[in-house]
Amino acid sequence: MSVNLQQKNTANKKSSFTKHIGKYWQLYLLLIIPIIYYVVFRYLPMFGNIIAFRKYHAGGSIFGDRFVGVKYFKQFVGDKTFWRAFKNTLTLNIGYLLFRFPLTLIFALLINEIRNIHWKKFVQTVSYLPHFISIVIMCGMIKELVSTSGPINNLIASLGGQKISFISEAKWFSTIFISSGVWQSIGWGTILYLAAMSNINPSLYEAAAVDGAGHFRRVWHVTIPSILPTITTLLILDIGGLVGSGGAFEKVYLLYNPMIYETADIVSTYVFRMGIGGGNFSYATAVGLFEGLINLVLLTIANFASKKLTDSGLW
Amino acid sequence: MAISSAKKKPMKVKENLGYKIFLVVNYLIMLFIVIVTLYPFLYLVSQSFTSEQAIIRGESGIIPKGFNIDTYKYVLKGEFLSYYKNTIIYTVIGTVLSLVTSAMLAYPMAKSELKFNRFLTPFIIFTMYFGGTLISNYILVVGLGLKNTVPAFILPMMISTYYVILMKSFFQSIPKDLEEAGEIDGLSKFGVFIRIALPLSKPIIATMTLFYSVMYWNNWYNAFLYLSKKQWPVAYYLQTIIRGVGAKEGDGDATSVSANIKSCAMVLTVLPIICVYPVIQKYYVQGMMLGGVKE
Repeated sequence: MSVNLQQKNTANKKSSFTKHIGKYWQLYLLLIIPIIYYVVFRYLPMFGNIIAFRKYHAGGSIFGDRFVGVKYFKQFVGDKTFWRAFKNTLTLNIGYLLFRFPLTLIFALLINEIRNIHWKKFVQTVSYLPHFISIVIMCGMIKELVSTSGPINNLIASLGGQKISFISEAKWFSTIFISSGVWQSIGWGTILYLAAMSNINPSLYEAAAVDGAGHFRRVWHVTIPSILPTITTLLILDIGGLVGSGGAFEKVYLLYNPMIYETADIVSTYVFRMGIGGGNFSYATAVGLFEGLINLVLLTIANFASKKLTDSGLW
Repeated sequence: MAISSAKKKPMKVKENLGYKIFLVVNYLIMLFIVIVTLYPFLYLVSQSFTSEQAIIRGESGIIPKGFNIDTYKYVLKGEFLSYYKNTIIYTVIGTVLSLVTSAMLAYPMAKSELKFNRFLTPFIIFTMYFGGTLISNYILVVGLGLKNTVPAFILPMMISTYYVILMKSFFQSIPKDLEEAGEIDGLSKFGVFIRIALPLSKPIIATMTLFYSVMYWNNWYNAFLYLSKKQWPVAYYLQTIIRGVGAKEGDGDATSVSANIKSCAMVLTVLPIICVYPVIQKYYVQGMMLGGVKE
């Protein structure tokens, strides 16, 4: 009896499964190529990280030849250049976040206050422009602007100052990195805030006005709380990226030179020089993997904290 | 009653004055941001029209000295054009491939009735937070034998998970009734996708076309790692002339290419983007909003 029932159950399950496939097979068919793509170009490299624990030789298996344990991890823990790169990554990322995050929010609040619709749209359009510019052109521009014959140095000279070779002085790198980053991202960063603001129910403002709240109090008590979930989500993403240097790789790589490695070399550029430049693939992968894992942990913690505090998170 | 309104009035005037001052200050701040944003571009344009002699004398500014178009004639005669052509080809092919494959993934993902999505969604999203390192990606592409081939430029970035999520959010916003009506009219699931969902998705398709084409247009990194000189896109060629002829990567700059030529090449490379992105601003702002709205 019970056996019978079980058989019937599996039979039912099976028929509902075939029915499901029968109904949706065309959608499943669509998924085949993208899934193969993700397996090959996203998951294979993820498992390819295994060479951090295995000896690899150029042209050999992408998963390495033989297991060597944590040899490469031990190596970089004692590597001063690694720690310098790690420190620079953190300094640049934290500095960038500290400037970019509040400035973007303030910029969004200010755009939201513009009354003339054409002016508002113009400001937005212009502010999106740097987002679309190639990092190559971005860095080319930076070099032109800060070069010893460029406009910034001309301004310094006309004010009676000494010209500065910004690009070859280590102490200027973080300033260049952060200010150009803010320049490029501030406009684009406002989109999600402005979207959240446009979703605020106008009756909230009216109610606050009836209660006697002036214009700026309404911003403080209605606008800011309404966009708080957006602020949190964006902040989590940013905190999750604090240790990561992948996004900054191209910019640093195009701007730095051996004279300023001291402040400019970040983990990903170091990984690049060691691995693709120097052929120490396993060692470089160990460093990159270490960074990726810390990143993942940070993101998880930030997400957890955000869920506890505001009930909203990334997952 | 009369007293209270008399009391209120001066307060309101005060606030209005404060608000008016704020509006003026706000206008000035915005003006400042607009100028700071546009200045580097105008400076490049100015340099590209400045004469070689003025550049050598170090005279540069927002107004070109010794205005002439010789630099453009020179750049457009050289190898620049063949790299420009490569970029156009890669951008067109890459964008089409990206759009098709991303839509193939995003559309089924948007269907909550698809049971497999319980596994698929985390499988896709996870790659946003963790993945291969720079090295393992490089080893993979080389291991697949793609070095010195055009697919090495396109494939590693063909599907962007973030863009897939944006597309999925858009597909989810399409009213179910419309798709069901299509099925009642005898369309298959695939038919509904092609004949009903896609025509309704012009805003997101416009957005994705812009995002993906900008991505391919701007990429230099894959070219730098995988392509041979003849195959270079213009972005990487630009990088080599910004760096200076003969200088190695990461060495800092050699100054063998003069600023007017560099500027001219940069202006020509950035021009198509400047012309296109404002036109479909309405769509991508909407598209970004959809992705940002929590489900």
